[in-house]
Amino acid sequence: MSAIPAKTEDGKIRCDACPVLCYIRDGATGACDRYANAGGELVRVDPHVLLNKTLAEGQAVVPFGGSVQDWDGDLLHAGNTFVTAIGAGTTYPDYKPAPFIVAAEVEGVDMVTVVTEGIFSYCGVKIKIDTDRHLGPEQASVRAQGEAVGHVTTGEYGSQMLSLGGVHHLTGGSKKEGRVTCDTLLELCNGKAVELTIDGGSTVIVEAGKAPIVNGQQEERMRVGCGSATIGMFAKQWQGKVDEVVVVDDHITGVLSEHQAGKLLGIPDTGIKLKGRKSTPGRYFQVAEPGTGWGGTDISDPLSILLPFDAKVAKPGTTMLMVSTTGEHAGYYVLDDALQPVETDMPQALQDSVARIKENCEPALSTVLFMGGAGGSLRAGVTENPVRLTQSVKSALTYVTCGGAPAYVWPGGGITLMVDVTLLPQNAFGYVPTPALVAPIEFTLRLDDYATLGGHMDHVRRLETLAGDNNKRLRVATRRDSPWPFNMQPTKGGGR
Amino acid sequence: MPRQQMRLLPDGKRLHLQDGPIDLVIGAEGTWEAVTAAYQAARARFATLLDELCAELPLLRQEAGQEPTGETARQMLLATRPFAALDFITPMAAVAGAGADTILAAMLRAAPLTRAYVNNGGDIALHLAPGQSFAIGMMVRPELSTILDGQIVIQAEDGIHGIATSGRHGRSFSLGIADAVTVLADSAAEADAAATMIANRVDLPGHPAITRAQAISIQPDSDLGERLVTRAVAALSQDEIEEALDHGARHAGLLVESGLIRAAALRLAGSTRLVGLSGPVAGIARAPTTQTNKANKTNKEWRSHAAG
Repeated sequence: MSAIPAKTEDGKIRCDACPVLCYIRDGATGACDRYANAGGELVRVDPHVLLNKTLAEGQAVVPFGGSVQDWDGDLLHAGNTFVTAIGAGTTYPDYKPAPFIVAAEVEGVDMVTVVTEGIFSYCGVKIKIDTDRHLGPEQASVRAQGEAVGHVTTGEYGSQMLSLGGVHHLTGGSKKEGRVTCDTLLELCNGKAVELTIDGGSTVIVEAGKAPIVNGQQEERMRVGCGSATIGMFAKQWQGKVDEVVVVDDHITGVLSEHQAGKLLGIPDTGIKLKGRKSTPGRYFQVAEPGTGWGGTDISDPLSILLPFDAKVAKPGTTMLMVSTTGEHAGYYVLDDALQPVETDMPQALQDSVARIKENCEPALSTVLFMGGAGGSLRAGVTENPVRLTQSVKSALTYVTCGGAPAYVWPGGGITLMVDVTLLPQNAFGYVPTPALVAPIEFTLRLDDYATLGGHMDHVRRLETLAGDNNKRLRVATRRDSPWPFNMQPTKGGGR
Repeated sequence: MPRQQMRLLPDGKRLHLQDGPIDLVIGAEGTWEAVTAAYQAARARFATLLDELCAELPLLRQEAGQEPTGETARQMLLATRPFAALDFITPMAAVAGAGADTILAAMLRAAPLTRAYVNNGGDIALHLAPGQSFAIGMMVRPELSTILDGQIVIQAEDGIHGIATSGRHGRSFSLGIADAVTVLADSAAEADAAATMIANRVDLPGHPAITRAQAISIQPDSDLGERLVTRAVAALSQDEIEEALDHGARHAGLLVESGLIRAAALRLAGSTRLVGLSGPVAGIARAPTTQTNKANKTNKEWRSHAAG
């Protein structure tokens, strides 16, 4: 809500929500029908504001199942126990100390971990899906249960990238859009499988750390390189075993006889002609439309990307291997007397080379990074002067973790972090109906540094005292692939 | 929360852009690349649309003011100027249509499209590639977007690029009593201005069944100032209805003859008058039809200042 608008003598107010700056009489709406004058107060008349208001009034954190079990009675061993923020609760929007500020002695130095659960309205997930298949055009909406929850963002090598969530989908759209977005983020962060459909593209089932399933087909392997790169890598292994090789790829399809690698080996011309747009010799763009067929194109018959062979050059009996960039698809052809390629059984040596391509393709996974920004009130739960916490993180005095997992903290202002959701204990994420995600966040630093940055020193409790006052704690084993937070020398930028 | 909203509607096809009182529903057909490029262009052009208009708002609310400089503002002036010799009018009478035209033009500069429309609360800018057509639902009462009682099929060769509806029920103020006047014209801005002016002429001056109020008593910054706008219409006899429609239809006929508009459909209390609807666009179906391009219910036109 914008600042209290100027009121005129006769009860009209001037709305400053947009540059039209309507004068609105009491009981009337402005030109947009979205803002109204209710008894001299500018109010928003669509449901968005009501949601914001519930947040401002402090909504209870919805408890998440399975994260809290009966305490087994063991003593906590200082230095070997790291209290995560999972299930710690939160203080938002009150600027009071974080639920737990825990001190432990580690190698003679008192360390403190400030533990809280942050409510993140500004949050989302970045998903990397290892596939060459066309999932959808860049910027296309990604939907869950029919609601837009994010979009396709710029692809990475061998992977398609999705960006889901964010404040726009959480609170900027319809109520349903916000709820579905929150559900989707929560499921993904807690390691559940989620079905996503992409406008003008595919349906993909994403589960952190598992193979993606695109249009019902489980992705097995990442490609080793583009079609052209594959020609370069394997040209020598094909020499003498086949006359021509076409590596079908949605990005760059490679042709052995025309490719620089083939030329260097003295491989003769075969008279092959390809559809698509020639980039440099032996490299073709756009041989077909993007799709879920061969090499991320829409084709199921590789011959459909070929034009008739050049009768002046081509000879009957010429052999040709066509293979996708992942080796998942392959076919062997011999030119007949009419110079038509006829599919034939593939010789063992070529089957081996296809298997080699396949072997070089790593297992395809979906990976999910939670990304969120710790707002001022969360930071105020840690210190009386929130900016000091930011400064402490940036100057590498404070180490940031999410549920004990290492978080990458973005350079620049604020505390914007990313964490691999598979490194957190199970069901570490929760939500509030705002809607917003609740994520654990811990700040670990030396106790004396904590005092220096204006920490809530009178709220610091010794780790040993926690066992007695609350018997509802779950002890989980640390992960081998996560560093022990107390051993971490926080690095510049707060990364691992 | 950003001031502007830009999102795809739940159908995953139409783009919804909203900024202050401007509320656009956009549809485009073509290749995926073309539609994507067109939507990007629409968003980019939309980003500054309201700010551009507001920068010249005082000027646009004046009758026969100086020439504005903005792309959309200039189209508003061009569309309303022909009426200035006859009636009071300000460029704001064409703001909704001109905004739609601006966005559609930006989309067409970016990509080839087979069909496209930009619907600004019922004022629609249209594009049709050769051989294409649009079916347009017509509303009797613009504020009840579910009530459609006619359909016009527009072919590419008709050269119609604008459709606008005006009447006393919409957000726009009207000096007349028409329930709805729908105009087909070469551009949405021209259709918008003409629909407003024809609707104003559908009137029975001084009739006791008509309640009127000063525009500024309802909207303090209306460009209509102290002019009386229609607030309520009690029952009229059939003769009175025909008389009021005659007034409007005569005016519409003059506008068709002068080439300012192509056709108009006037509605008042269940009676309809068609003007200039001959040839390819004569296909008004009386039965309720599919709602191909009806205005989005939440979509309001920014025409509260327009009429006169």
